[in-house]
Amino acid sequence: MRRVTLLPLWLTYAFLYTPVVVLVVMSFNRSDSPYEWSGFSTAWYATLARDDEVLRGLANTLIVAAGATALSTVLGTLLAVGLARHAGRSRLLPALSVLPAVLPDIVLAIGLLAFYSLVSATLGLHSVLLAHTVFGLAFVTAVVRTRIAHVDPSLEEASRDLGAGEVTTFLRITLPTLAPGIVAGALLTFTLSLDEFVIAFFTAGPKDPTLPIVIYSMIRFGVTPEINALATLLLAVSFTVVIAAQRVSRLTEAL
Amino acid sequence: MRARLVLLGPGLSYLAVLLLLPLALLIGYTVFRRGRFGGIAYEDGTTGENFARITDPLYTGVLTDSLRIAAVTTLLALLLGYPAAYAISRLPGRWRTVALVLVVLPFWTNFLIRTYAWIVLLSSRGVVNSALTGIGVIDRPLKLLYTEPAVVLGLLYAYLPLMVLPLYSAIERVDPRLLEASADLGARPARTFWSVTLPHTLPGVLTGCVFVFVPSLGNFVVPELLGGGHTVMVGNLIRDQFLTARDWPFGSVLALALMAFLVLLLMAQAWAGRRLGGR
Repeated sequence: MRRVTLLPLWLTYAFLYTPVVVLVVMSFNRSDSPYEWSGFSTAWYATLARDDEVLRGLANTLIVAAGATALSTVLGTLLAVGLARHAGRSRLLPALSVLPAVLPDIVLAIGLLAFYSLVSATLGLHSVLLAHTVFGLAFVTAVVRTRIAHVDPSLEEASRDLGAGEVTTFLRITLPTLAPGIVAGALLTFTLSLDEFVIAFFTAGPKDPTLPIVIYSMIRFGVTPEINALATLLLAVSFTVVIAAQRVSRLTEAL
Repeated sequence: MRARLVLLGPGLSYLAVLLLLPLALLIGYTVFRRGRFGGIAYEDGTTGENFARITDPLYTGVLTDSLRIAAVTTLLALLLGYPAAYAISRLPGRWRTVALVLVVLPFWTNFLIRTYAWIVLLSSRGVVNSALTGIGVIDRPLKLLYTEPAVVLGLLYAYLPLMVLPLYSAIERVDPRLLEASADLGARPARTFWSVTLPHTLPGVLTGCVFVFVPSLGNFVVPELLGGGHTVMVGNLIRDQFLTARDWPFGSVLALALMAFLVLLLMAQAWAGRRLGGR
């Protein structure tokens, strides 16, 4: 009986992980065809390490993700606290704050392209950073609002009753109690920004491609085993980050 | 009052300028004519042509293709995801988290890489064809890549976790006493499933379907990489209007059509959710 009900789960895992395993195995292939196996080699990793375009893409992506995360975290935290305290029963403002997260990415992408063209902004890393902040802000706000719903409001009241001012209460009470939500929102934004392709594709300058844009052109203009090596490294990084994030969130919950 | 301004001001201004204004621009663009080198030719006045063009069979065909592909993907995700979510909910407590993380893990890896993996698997000299010819099932490689099923498969692979998560949380919440009551009253497991579990988890089914359908419908990367230009979805059209054809007004009309479908869908979901909740 048990075994019968678990079968679909094993099928799902087989479906989800077969492509991953194939990519990892093929990344150690000596042949310069990405498909046919001809012996073990780490040559493609060496090729990758010398690929300036990939390295520059990676640097660009990290700059964008770090900037967008910082900006989203500040704006999103303030907005979440503001919505909890001052939005009253308005349903419009909370809806507006989640809109970027539910909007199809291509619509946001062309909207921002239209906006940048209207204000004659040059496209570059800054335009991607500002664009990623739109959805990052939405995710931080959503996660922090969930946290606020679970926090005891009497702590802030006690702080004010004891004579602490607005700013002191915010810094000493509100921020620390919301910290797990803020960290989770920031991690989420960072990961999403690292991976984001569609919006970056429309809003990046031609001279500053982010890593997903570099990967896209690699795939489109010739499939080489170098992509397999890059894929394996990225898989390793995101798996580590997800598992670390799980640990961190459990740790901060415990505090 | 000042606290209110400091807290709400920055975030709301940001969204007003970089979300609402861009969306308003797209809506505004729909009634203008295209500029000769992209952009908008405001001096040429307004027109209804852009809306008329969308009724061209060429474009309605793309829209219905997109809806069909997204719907098939959603249905397959439900058929694969429901039994998987059900199986997870029957695992012992501490294994459930592990099982869920394993479902979500691929979702956190680069979307392009996940799509690319299917090129390696499906291409004519790819892993699947080599394996099949290797064991002698087929003589010549099958055409797997650059087909509509390949696009559906790629979308299914990309968004399956978004189906499993809401289904799991819905199945988890079903009161086990209801299942016991049903069994005590003599219902076989299959009957209990159809009469108790499934109706109680329908809101989760709806959420999962929306989570898969919405990103599938607007996707242009999977149809491009796995459909190889043979399968065109509405996202590809929008991308082309903005980046290659440089017809921003018509691209905006297509984007609004996409949004209109999604708004209708969300309204239907809210309506169905209320109906289900009222039972």
